[in-house]
Amino acid sequence: MKTAPALHHQPVTLTDTATAIRTEGLRKVYQRGQDSLVALEGLDLTVDKGEFFGLLGTNGAGKSTTIGMLTTLVTPTAGSAWVAGHEVSADPVGVKSRIGVVSQANTLDRALTVLDNLAFRGRYFGMSASAARRRALELLEQLALADKASAKAHHLSGGQARRVMIGRALMHLPEVLFLDEPTAGVDPQAREDLWQIIGSLHEGGQTVVLTTHYLDEAEALCQRLAVIDHGHLLACDTPEAIKATSGAQTVITVRYDAAAEPVADAVRRIPGGPHVVIVDGPNIQVRTTRPDGVLGHLLREGGAAGLTVRDAATTPPSLQTAFLTLTGRDYQP
Amino acid sequence: MTTSTLDPTAPRLQSSRGAAWRAYRALTARDLYVLGRNLPVLLLQVGLQPLLFTFAFAYVMPSIGSGLGGATSFSTILLPGLIASTLTLQSIMSVTGPLAAELGPGREITDRALAPLPIWALGLQKITSSAIFGLVSSLVVVPIVWLVHAPGAAPQVQVGNWPLLVVTLVLSALLASTLGLLLGTAIDASAFGALLGLLLAAATMLGCVYYPWTALDSIGWVQVLTLANPLVYMSEGLRANLTPATGHMPTWAYLTVLTLGTAALGYLALRRFTRRVRT
Repeated sequence: MKTAPALHHQPVTLTDTATAIRTEGLRKVYQRGQDSLVALEGLDLTVDKGEFFGLLGTNGAGKSTTIGMLTTLVTPTAGSAWVAGHEVSADPVGVKSRIGVVSQANTLDRALTVLDNLAFRGRYFGMSASAARRRALELLEQLALADKASAKAHHLSGGQARRVMIGRALMHLPEVLFLDEPTAGVDPQAREDLWQIIGSLHEGGQTVVLTTHYLDEAEALCQRLAVIDHGHLLACDTPEAIKATSGAQTVITVRYDAAAEPVADAVRRIPGGPHVVIVDGPNIQVRTTRPDGVLGHLLREGGAAGLTVRDAATTPPSLQTAFLTLTGRDYQP
Repeated sequence: MTTSTLDPTAPRLQSSRGAAWRAYRALTARDLYVLGRNLPVLLLQVGLQPLLFTFAFAYVMPSIGSGLGGATSFSTILLPGLIASTLTLQSIMSVTGPLAAELGPGREITDRALAPLPIWALGLQKITSSAIFGLVSSLVVVPIVWLVHAPGAAPQVQVGNWPLLVVTLVLSALLASTLGLLLGTAIDASAFGALLGLLLAAATMLGCVYYPWTALDSIGWVQVLTLANPLVYMSEGLRANLTPATGHMPTWAYLTVLTLGTAALGYLALRRFTRRVRT
């Protein structure tokens, strides 16, 4: 993709504080007949202006519910949230005037062309027809979509549709841009392009809130992350700090040619512990914050027990191992 | 990891012609299976339409035959009736059609819901948009009924109060669009096609489209039954303003129902719409 000029003019600042988003005890319970499902349990967050903030969690963790409440489309059960200086329940129109949203599903207007999708969005937000058309053409050019201007919205590939939706969300120069799983279901090349676009938006001063279940995406793009699991906020910090403070462990896995059980006891006694040792058939996994020498022990103890090593892997501390430490289970998006 | 093996028996090899014939039969079996599952509902749907037709044309019309008045041409009866039924059909369809797609799996409604206005106003905007479309569509009816008739059987139109005619048309369009929004938000999109056809057939046959309401005097129970049908008030309102000579419901009656009906159904429809859009 050719490098485009900055996609974003300086956002219109309508409130003079440095805070873009603040939530207090934000809670959502879905009621279905007798059953109630707690989707989000008392969330307290602050996102600064100009920040690239990520909500990370597995499917069903509560990310989309959070974005839904911040964008006024989901009614909070309790708590408050201010976006661009306006409270989401008290002044949803004030919030909607100041945000751009790229939802997970393709919500392009199927009755309109790509250009008209953008142009009409501008007019919904009070732009004149000619100004909206000008800005739409400009954005399509910058998003390398100029040749798709007159295509019908449903004739686009997944990646193109996502780019059009980003363009549409930028039409009215939003103070905060929300991206809900922007790269879910797109091919690797399109993903690269989207990362580049989103990155350049942020460099241009755009406040971005992104949800993702991809650990690499969260780590590559976000300045700060909120790790959410089953509606609970587990951690909220820079990716580096999350890895450091959650005592993220190195995970060492060895697969022998036969049951690993005979080795387990010896491994539990490895100096430098305590280590978490998990045996599963021929596999043995050690989770530790002091990984030095552990692999050597696994090899030696295996040899002593007459086992041959078939495979060995070491995963350094990462968001994946941090998630494991925070939740006690593997990260499975 | 152990993998369970599937039963290795493959269908026996067959000639291409044999394969095609078997596939043809199996596809038919599949269709009959699906149809058979919904058979009672399906037969009910199939039966209701002819029932409504025969009721209107073989029972109601002969029963009131004298009530039409010998001098009145059928096109005079039809003009307000067809304007009202077209208005109703088009107003309802132009809300429900797009709404089914917008509330469907992709939830395209999210796009509109992010526009800077309250959700109830978005619903109201859908009502007014489709009312405009319904009004424009209903105008198409006028030249058609005007021109297509037997010699000497032209509709006899007499407009005494233009502002009242316009008010009646606008209220009718709003009531129909409001009904459309209520139906579109209350009924599951997949059930919609079948149900809509049925509702519209019922509305038209019992909507005083083909006969004036006052002519139902001789079959009192039908006259009372039709009062439950919103289309009756639109047909009668237009009859009062376009072809008063055929006899019509009193002005206070249709105006009251059109106004209060729009307000009450509008409240319900907008509440329902807001709940569907905001979770």
